[in-house]
Amino acid sequence: MRFLPHSNQEIAAMLDAIGVEKIEDLFSGIPENCRLPRDLQLSGPLSEADLLRHLQALAAANRVDESWNRFLGGGYYDHHIPAVIDHLISRSEFYTAYTPYQPEISQGTLQAIFEFQTLICQLSGMEVANASLYDGASACAEAVLMALRAGRNRSRVLLSRGLHPGYREVVAAYVRFLDVELVEVPLAADGCTDRQAVADLLADDVAALVVGYPNYLGVMEDVEALAQLTHASGARMLVAAAEPLAMALYRSPGEQGADIVIGEGQSFGLPLSFGGPGVGFIAARQKDMRSLPGRLVGETVDRDGERGFVLTLATREQHIRREKATSNICSNQGICAVMVSIYLALLGKNGLPQLARDNYSRASYLREQIACLPGYSVPFPAPFFNEFVVSCPQPASEVLHRLEAEKILAGINLIEEYPEIENGLLICVTEQNDRAQLDGLVAALKGGAA
Amino acid sequence: MDFPEELKYTEEHEWVLLEGDLVSIGISDFAQDQLGDVVFVELPEPGERVEVGKPFAVVESVKAVSDIYAPLEGEIIEVNSELPDAPESINTSPYEDGWMIKIKPDDPTALDGMMDASEYQAFIEEE
Amino acid sequence: MSAIKSKGLILDEKLIFERSAAGRCGYDLPVLDVPAVEPESGLLRKEIEGFPELSEVDVVRHYTRLSTWNYGVDSGFYPLGSCTMKYNPKINEVAARLPGFAHLHPATPDRLAQGALRLMYELQEALCEISGFPALTLQPSAGAHGEFAGMLMIHAWHQAQGNRRHKVLIPDTAHGTNPATAALCGYEVVPIASDGVLSLEAVEAAMDEDVAALMVTNPNTLGLFESNIREICDLVHSRGGLVYCDGANLNALLGVCRPGDLGIDVMHFNLHKTFATPHGGGGPGAGPVGVSAELAPFLPVPVVVKDGEQFRLVNDRPQSIGPLRTFSSQFGILVRAYAYLLTMGPSGLKRATELAVLNANYIRARLEGSYHLPYKQRSLHEVVFSDVGQPNDCHTLDIAKRLLDYGFHPPTIYFPLVVQGALMIEPTETESKQELDEFCDALLAIAEEAKTSPHLLHEAPVNARTRRLDETLAARKPKLRWVPEA
Repeated sequence: MRFLPHSNQEIAAMLDAIGVEKIEDLFSGIPENCRLPRDLQLSGPLSEADLLRHLQALAAANRVDESWNRFLGGGYYDHHIPAVIDHLISRSEFYTAYTPYQPEISQGTLQAIFEFQTLICQLSGMEVANASLYDGASACAEAVLMALRAGRNRSRVLLSRGLHPGYREVVAAYVRFLDVELVEVPLAADGCTDRQAVADLLADDVAALVVGYPNYLGVMEDVEALAQLTHASGARMLVAAAEPLAMALYRSPGEQGADIVIGEGQSFGLPLSFGGPGVGFIAARQKDMRSLPGRLVGETVDRDGERGFVLTLATREQHIRREKATSNICSNQGICAVMVSIYLALLGKNGLPQLARDNYSRASYLREQIACLPGYSVPFPAPFFNEFVVSCPQPASEVLHRLEAEKILAGINLIEEYPEIENGLLICVTEQNDRAQLDGLVAALKGGAA
Repeated sequence: MDFPEELKYTEEHEWVLLEGDLVSIGISDFAQDQLGDVVFVELPEPGERVEVGKPFAVVESVKAVSDIYAPLEGEIIEVNSELPDAPESINTSPYEDGWMIKIKPDDPTALDGMMDASEYQAFIEEE
Repeated sequence: MSAIKSKGLILDEKLIFERSAAGRCGYDLPVLDVPAVEPESGLLRKEIEGFPELSEVDVVRHYTRLSTWNYGVDSGFYPLGSCTMKYNPKINEVAARLPGFAHLHPATPDRLAQGALRLMYELQEALCEISGFPALTLQPSAGAHGEFAGMLMIHAWHQAQGNRRHKVLIPDTAHGTNPATAALCGYEVVPIASDGVLSLEAVEAAMDEDVAALMVTNPNTLGLFESNIREICDLVHSRGGLVYCDGANLNALLGVCRPGDLGIDVMHFNLHKTFATPHGGGGPGAGPVGVSAELAPFLPVPVVVKDGEQFRLVNDRPQSIGPLRTFSSQFGILVRAYAYLLTMGPSGLKRATELAVLNANYIRARLEGSYHLPYKQRSLHEVVFSDVGQPNDCHTLDIAKRLLDYGFHPPTIYFPLVVQGALMIEPTETESKQELDEFCDALLAIAEEAKTSPHLLHEAPVNARTRRLDETLAARKPKLRWVPEA
């Protein structure tokens, strides 16, 4: 076994030093009635060559390859990933390190995370951000818990129906056994959260309102107006950005008055990887800094006065505050946060807004073309980013199935989550979809409508 | 370590000082030494009530958190507003600059049951 | 030859924002082949203030330099107790990056994602066989997330039985996540004392009608097998409770003992510990959870099932606690763990456990006498020493920092809390005798230095990228982001 370095002579010498005869003697602390009396029934061992063949066959059994045209979004986005990212994070000083408990030999991770925290603040327009959380939905749940802590006696939370359905379900699972009531806010006809309903539901027992940015139907909410309503009743405005690239085009949630911004960073340089690992982020106002969950990196100096970075404000965390901790989380998405930082550094102040504009232009082009097709319509007039809803002339499942035969994954069927939208299909466009692909989708949709 | 004679002490390592009808409360030299460098203090608001055995403040060092328990009941009249910006005062001046709150006790005679400086010193030696 | 194994050139590097120069960009966009349009101007963002402007070369140099300030398993010995820092096989990295996996969108219809679903199903089956649990979820993103899933299932099960139990028993040796998780699930925490291992009597005394569950770690954080575990499980069950096991230390048990066979109801795995997926400087990991048949209906959705020759993700499970993340799993981590299991096979896994235990006991034998060993029982995959008896005001922190100068990552320090000044050493099976000897030689040399030249410990580290950092300053005046100088 190539990862196990011990020779028989070495094993003998080690046993001798310990003072036992054989390895089994070291297991004497495990009572006989707790032992497994047989061998494990598992496949392997496989050589590296055999393993690779097996895995390649499995990967190929995922029949969607680069020859397919894909318009899938819904919280995970297919953006081009610069080659730089994989090369840099393949440096094993990054990926084979643990959480930076010993700062003197972890400055690489610590500085990279400090930069991540800064980039997230700049992008979201917020004041403080943590070292990352598991993913967008769990970050949303952590933000809700944070708002409940800050809101003291407030125990209701308003979730917009436009918030990603996965995020809503995860929030519900997280608070299920706590004394918390979740209330769904309906959508208005334009696809935005119904402002009148928000105004009616807000009360002095409401801790927060949570909306998407853009929301699940691709629509940009009027965060500013919602934040004014929310603040007037003493609640916090939470904004969940499942496609945070939108922040490079539209006014940031921070600028519009958000109190906590969470989101999913997968768009920024992480592979789709069947839904994970991605990276959740959370950013807040200075006043809520000590309620943040998870790891925080802070700047300090060493004994010689040189700048350095450490994990800080640890007293919020489980290993110190135990049952009173702000969260039970003790990791972050480490290397994924570094990937996001590399991506944002590469695109930077010039590239990211341009990329966001291009996404918008491509999506606008496709949306207009589809809106002109007989039988198809785009039900929501509100501003959008790179994703939009189409109402199809047949059930979306039929449309999707038909296009699959042409190697097109045309979008996400909304029938289960939003049955109120007639034959709703959620279509996403990124810089990966060139004009030929967009025209191809229009032609394929048209083909069936005739 | 310093334990001024004019103060009373509790088993939770707070000191109290009765001046007129107000009682000042802070943590003892021994408590600050055990905690190490204090980095953060969370204080209540004036007007709130404190109850015996209930925490009214939180003191944090880099790697520890301590709830500070109220030694007697009453209404908070004043809090040390300098403290959040200068938490190190708890280390450098636990009995003066490091005071935490002043309360109007419901029953000032409750102080009579607390330890004086020599009793407190004996208590911490035993601990 | 000196036992000190570090010297070298360390390049300085500013923050990425300080490297920025106006007008640079490290990314070329594809030609826009549709008309350029913009939303109405009132909605537009002006500029992303403070965002860096860099060329590709700038970015590559920046992160390459940062990487050299880090220490990873590939750099050297990394004996962090309870973290199982074993070698991360390189083929696993290749596996996760195969385009068929890496480019697979989570909304891909099941019938077009059969390879990924098969992999998940087979990994599920393998983990069930290893642990003895009949059902399992791969969903949780990390150990603490798995713990949360497990305790939610326990709560949901009690609720379904009509029980209103509100307390959870947690031994004093437990990881801090245990009480934090219990609180997050709406439970009140009742600590119980143990003397190295948990006694039946201690559990019996605390186990009343209000107790929903006992949370244990086995082997525990002292590296000791909870030898009364069967009897404890029987007792807890007989009084209407369930038993949760933190599986962080499963590396001590592969092929030797299956927690599911002992009466444990729920256990989480750490794929980033036992199954060799990299720690990534803090994540991502994965924390699958195995459960008894009785708890299976409560598993988080979606679950992977096999229908004939087809694999499917199923969401329609009325008793499920619901999903705990946006999409089904940290799939890329699952691919690595799956590759590891196939590489090792059943014989390799058992051998890994045997050698992990051998390595820990060898370190124990070499250091006992020079460092105080608070618990003398036969320990498994890790050993816990303390700084009791170290002279000249030399403490655990000083020993750890001096180890940096010797070129080693220190053990876990000041944990478990039941040991004063703990040094918790877990070598794992992938370290050779030479490596262990060099590490032990360093610790023995440090014990000598503590007697003869304690300033070397108090001053340490002197060879690392930085000297000791001022954590008090960091916490008193938190500076959590860069801001441009005014």
